[in-house]
Amino acid sequence: MTGAVFAPGSRKAPAMMEAARGRSLWDDALRRLSRNKAAIAGLVVLAVMVIAAIVGPHLTHFSYDHIDKVDVWTPPLTAGHLLGTDSLGRDLLARLLAGLGVSLEIGVVATIVSLVIGISWGAVAGYFGGWLDEVMMRFVDILYSLPFTFFVILLMVTFGRNFILMFVAIGFVQWLTMARIVRGQTVSLKQREFIEAARAVGLSGGAIIFRHIVPNLLGPVVIYVTLTIPDVIMTESVLSFLGMGVQEPLTSLGTLISNGASEMELAPWLLIFPSIVMVATLMAFNFIGDGLRDAIDPKER
Amino acid sequence: MFRFLLRRLLVAIPTLFLVVTASFFMMHAAPGGPFDSQRRLPPEVERNIKAKYGLDKPLPVQYLNYVGGVLHGDLGPSLKYQDKTVVGIIAENFPTSLRLGLSSLLIGVSIGVALGSIAALRQNSGVDYGVTTFAILGICIPTFVTAPLLVLVFAQMLDLFPTGGVSELRSYVLPVATLALPQIAVVSRLTRAGMIEVLHSNYIRTARAKGLSEQRIVLGHALRAAVLPLVGYLGPATAGIITGSLVVEKIFGMPGLGKFFVLSALQRDYTVVLGVVILYATLVIGLNLLAEVAQAMLDPRIRLS
Repeated sequence: MTGAVFAPGSRKAPAMMEAARGRSLWDDALRRLSRNKAAIAGLVVLAVMVIAAIVGPHLTHFSYDHIDKVDVWTPPLTAGHLLGTDSLGRDLLARLLAGLGVSLEIGVVATIVSLVIGISWGAVAGYFGGWLDEVMMRFVDILYSLPFTFFVILLMVTFGRNFILMFVAIGFVQWLTMARIVRGQTVSLKQREFIEAARAVGLSGGAIIFRHIVPNLLGPVVIYVTLTIPDVIMTESVLSFLGMGVQEPLTSLGTLISNGASEMELAPWLLIFPSIVMVATLMAFNFIGDGLRDAIDPKER
Repeated sequence: MFRFLLRRLLVAIPTLFLVVTASFFMMHAAPGGPFDSQRRLPPEVERNIKAKYGLDKPLPVQYLNYVGGVLHGDLGPSLKYQDKTVVGIIAENFPTSLRLGLSSLLIGVSIGVALGSIAALRQNSGVDYGVTTFAILGICIPTFVTAPLLVLVFAQMLDLFPTGGVSELRSYVLPVATLALPQIAVVSRLTRAGMIEVLHSNYIRTARAKGLSEQRIVLGHALRAAVLPLVGYLGPATAGIITGSLVVEKIFGMPGLGKFFVLSALQRDYTVVLGVVILYATLVIGLNLLAEVAQAMLDPRIRLS
């Protein structure tokens, strides 16, 4: 996963890297990252989670929506159910894997939505500056000072519990920080020589932004992405918890925890296993994010 | 300072206006209405009810009527609870949410500052690692995981606290703990970072050179500067607590405003939803402004512009 993330970066800015051959900015960052035990542990946990969510559902004995009227609330390790079953006799392991997949999916897609909006917004504001910058960033400030969860809830109520709209709704409230980070970086980038050169050659504003500025924003963006994904997963879970998230029989980590919480006296495993997976996933992302920040931007330590 | 306040207020008012407008139209765009129920109402009855609340008028007219009411401090009647006004519902339910939020913020900040300072003073010791680990856990474990787990352990297994309600003081312990944990985590992290930085500054060296006791250096000089960044955290903390209270009020069955909001949104009780949004948006915007002003007053390096 890291390879895929870093490779384009080291190719995109050859002029900067040439001077110190063999120890580019990204090589350096990668080396620091590989020495960070917490980040590596996070990467391993995350890799396991992703593989489990993709491969797992094909390997389990039961389907996540297979209802069994007899084996209801089976404790773990009985009747062929590794993690037990829920009130409808559905296999918890199968549901956990399906829910993990949905949560990760929402995390990634909503983050991409926020990424696209945030980068375009921030880069345009930062590059053009002046009154446009003032207006655009003031708008971000305004949205920043609103109680977000309420807006997501309103959006969910308005547009119904549609899977895709949930991605968009969450992504839509997550782009603000990204826009701020990108704007700050763009303002400092645009004073550099290579941008001046691009302007001298006669490139248009749009071309400069997307061909020369955006690729150089990769560092902070990568850090922020690893911190946005867990945030999105949490937001989705809060929604599911309040009964506005993913709909049955489909499930997500938040839905599983919510259901588990309401039946915890009878079947504590329904609460405990999803909680463990949720916390492990969130911690993995946070450790990777912190590790990347230390690795890419050592000043910030 | 005065000009800054004036400018910010000039931004805050249109912001609130924007919030009201956006929420109003979003709410009315939602499919279904407040009077849909399992039993179909006879059309005449439904028409009469709608006429009573002015819902039969075109949307722009409804909007103008609503905004006119809000400007006079009238948030309208509830559409679901007859003979209750939105202001009445808020007055009835907000105190619980407020008590919950304020006490968790207070506990979060005081324990967080204490833990963070201790960790910073014994940097890289076992205590420090303990606090840092706790902070990471507190940030990563969501409230909807801590709350049921706390209930499972402290209410059901140990039977120390009630599982819900607000009948006695003890019933506030678990909800407040749930909300305070993430606050403690973030505050201790911020304080630790601030304290470590301050302890390396020149004026602390001067204080040491003067021969002050460690206690006076820390409490009298370092702490004040170290907790300065916390003031800016006030805004986000409030927003976080409001979100958290949605979950906590549901789990612990507390009659707070968050629970009301979710319920009303699902039932299309337009006026209640709008009223709660207005209240919380005002709260968050106001506290953000307050935080900015307080920060500038405490730290002469920050200039308000």
